[in-house]
Amino acid sequence: MEPRHTISVWVDNIPGVLSRVTGLFSGRGFNIESLCVAETMDPEVSRITLVSTGDEQITEQIIKQLHKLINVIKVVDLSELDHVEREMALVRVKAEDRSRAEVLRIADIFRCRVVDVSPNTYTLEITGNHEKIRAVLDLLKVHGILEEVRTGTLAIQRAKKE
Amino acid sequence: MKKMTGAQIILECLEREGVKHIFGYPGGAVIDLYDELTRRPNLKHFLVRHEQAAVHAADGYARASSKVGVALVTSGPGATNTVTGIASAYMDSIPIVVLTGQVPTALIGNDAFQEVDIVGITRPCTKHNYLVTDINKLAHTIHEAFHIARSGRPGPVLVDLPKNIQQASIVPKFPGEIKIKSYNPTYHANPRQVRRALDLILQAKQPLLYTGGGIVLSDASEELLKFADALQIPVTSTLMGLGGFDGTHSLWMGMLGMHGTYRANMAVSHCDVLIAVGARFDDRVTGKLEEFAPHAKIIHIDIDPSSISKNVVVDIPIVGDCRDTLKQLNNLLLDKPARDWASLREPWLDTIANWEKEHPLSYAWSDTVIKPQFVVEKLWEVTQGEAFITTEVGQNQMWAAQFYKFKKPRRLMTSGGLGAMGYGFPAAMGVQVAHPDAIVIDIAGDGSILMNIQELTTVVENNLPVKIAILNNAYLGMVRQWQQLLYEKRYSATSLAAQPDFVKVAEAFGAVGLRATKPEEVEPVIREALNTPRPVVMDFRVEPEECVMPMVPAGKAMHEMLLA
Repeated sequence: MEPRHTISVWVDNIPGVLSRVTGLFSGRGFNIESLCVAETMDPEVSRITLVSTGDEQITEQIIKQLHKLINVIKVVDLSELDHVEREMALVRVKAEDRSRAEVLRIADIFRCRVVDVSPNTYTLEITGNHEKIRAVLDLLKVHGILEEVRTGTLAIQRAKKE
Repeated sequence: MKKMTGAQIILECLEREGVKHIFGYPGGAVIDLYDELTRRPNLKHFLVRHEQAAVHAADGYARASSKVGVALVTSGPGATNTVTGIASAYMDSIPIVVLTGQVPTALIGNDAFQEVDIVGITRPCTKHNYLVTDINKLAHTIHEAFHIARSGRPGPVLVDLPKNIQQASIVPKFPGEIKIKSYNPTYHANPRQVRRALDLILQAKQPLLYTGGGIVLSDASEELLKFADALQIPVTSTLMGLGGFDGTHSLWMGMLGMHGTYRANMAVSHCDVLIAVGARFDDRVTGKLEEFAPHAKIIHIDIDPSSISKNVVVDIPIVGDCRDTLKQLNNLLLDKPARDWASLREPWLDTIANWEKEHPLSYAWSDTVIKPQFVVEKLWEVTQGEAFITTEVGQNQMWAAQFYKFKKPRRLMTSGGLGAMGYGFPAAMGVQVAHPDAIVIDIAGDGSILMNIQELTTVVENNLPVKIAILNNAYLGMVRQWQQLLYEKRYSATSLAAQPDFVKVAEAFGAVGLRATKPEEVEPVIREALNTPRPVVMDFRVEPEECVMPMVPAGKAMHEMLLA
């Protein structure tokens, strides 16, 4: 499989910028596996975290092409740096009779939070990296997942150690 | 300052940017701008007869004058008709600003009459584009558009102007110098990289300069000549780079690539250091990528970092302006001990001279039928290589590139990257507006010329004495050539035998029409055309099945040329 790159892109927080970024990816045949966008503390700037796959040459092109967009302020390939990644998933799981306790146990082991309860379901909030979320979902599948929704990857560089 | 309407602000901005000429076509969504134009005698407007032509004209104007070309059109179909012109300017990095009308902001998104999301449509083919929704940002946006169009790697910028923004009034604030925090092109290359490049070049036994449109766009010709001359390095160029180096100079190799000269392509295949300057390793240049310049270390100078290592991984990347970087190289050279480069380079230049002897650029002469190459040669001879040449796309374009030996930059305007048929004639219009007294010739095919023939009205109306030389082979020649050579002569939809009488067409539009059917008529027709101070259409009936040679079939390596 081609290497996965997590790229942070700081952009002007104005209409149309996201479509410039995604249009670049579709127009040039680059991959996007996931994408997260939100305003930063500076309301004029948004930060996009995107995950893409491709060899070194493709990733270099992706970064250069992103830089070329007038509304792109800064691009960092976090994969080259020590960084932390997180995703979040909200999952509604069937939880009846015997499975009710088991679902809670899984939630507890993986430090999920219960955000909604009904007589026969639990809704869990799972955070973690890509692999952890997949692992939890695999375990919960056995009990019956009624609905799931996931974010893309968020990533931040680790603080430099002295 | 007193209040101004949006329309007034826009035209004021154009004047502040030094704009003198606008190519356009009015409509409901720009009627306020056109109304304001009546009060701006310093802005001369040329009414084209199709919006595509307005953009090509602005493009030709920009190339020939080094200024930013301006096109003005209405919303909806006016805007969509500009797309081909914009895409062509984008591929060739030509600085133009396209102003489009838009429905009032309150109607945007309602599928209103003549509404189209032109910002969305042109996003991938503009350097940048804007929809102005706040009149307070109008002046800044227009100036920013010009700044972006002309700086760095130039390109087209589109500004979409809703009708209510043109009609609203404010006391405007015009910006001083434009600064964009996220946009700072690198002009001055890293000196360490430049030194590394020079060291490599000085060690080379068989170096080759491969230059592109960047030489022309950055006005680097003088520095290029100085550098090539000093180290006796032969020069080949892309279509876009023609004229960047004197086509009559002894170090000139001719164009490279699919229809490049034998010696240029052989030189690429055998060079040990390839110095790419302002070129982008396009597939029409490289042929089969794996076998392009197989023995060479590659140095790549370009102002656009994304052009570097896009198609070919290079050994020494240099991000910078071509002229500035060549200047750095020339300056560094002054500190190096003098060597007798002429004799050191002799073996390499001899090898190249032998290739030229083996397979020079040529064609089979005929006493009875006009050869298209002969027409271009005669055009060169009669104009002494000093004319401004535009081309359409296809065989006419390649023959112009091969046989018109451009001596100066900004003398060839051609749709190189996009390859848009119908480019040459409106572009010639733009060139003639920029240089009213110059000889401007569109080298055309009988297919392409019909794609914007309506502009004969524009040139007649404005007395722009553009000359059109149609190499009329009654075929869509380049496609037919591929069918002829690669598809066993199955001429599918490439016969253009049904065609108008081009002499009568010219006359019907109020221009002059001339025709040559025999070789001996070619020169007199050219001379008569050049002596006629009006637009002239020359219909040269040429050999129908002539092919552009040499030819590297698509996907083949450079040394696998078909020679005749």
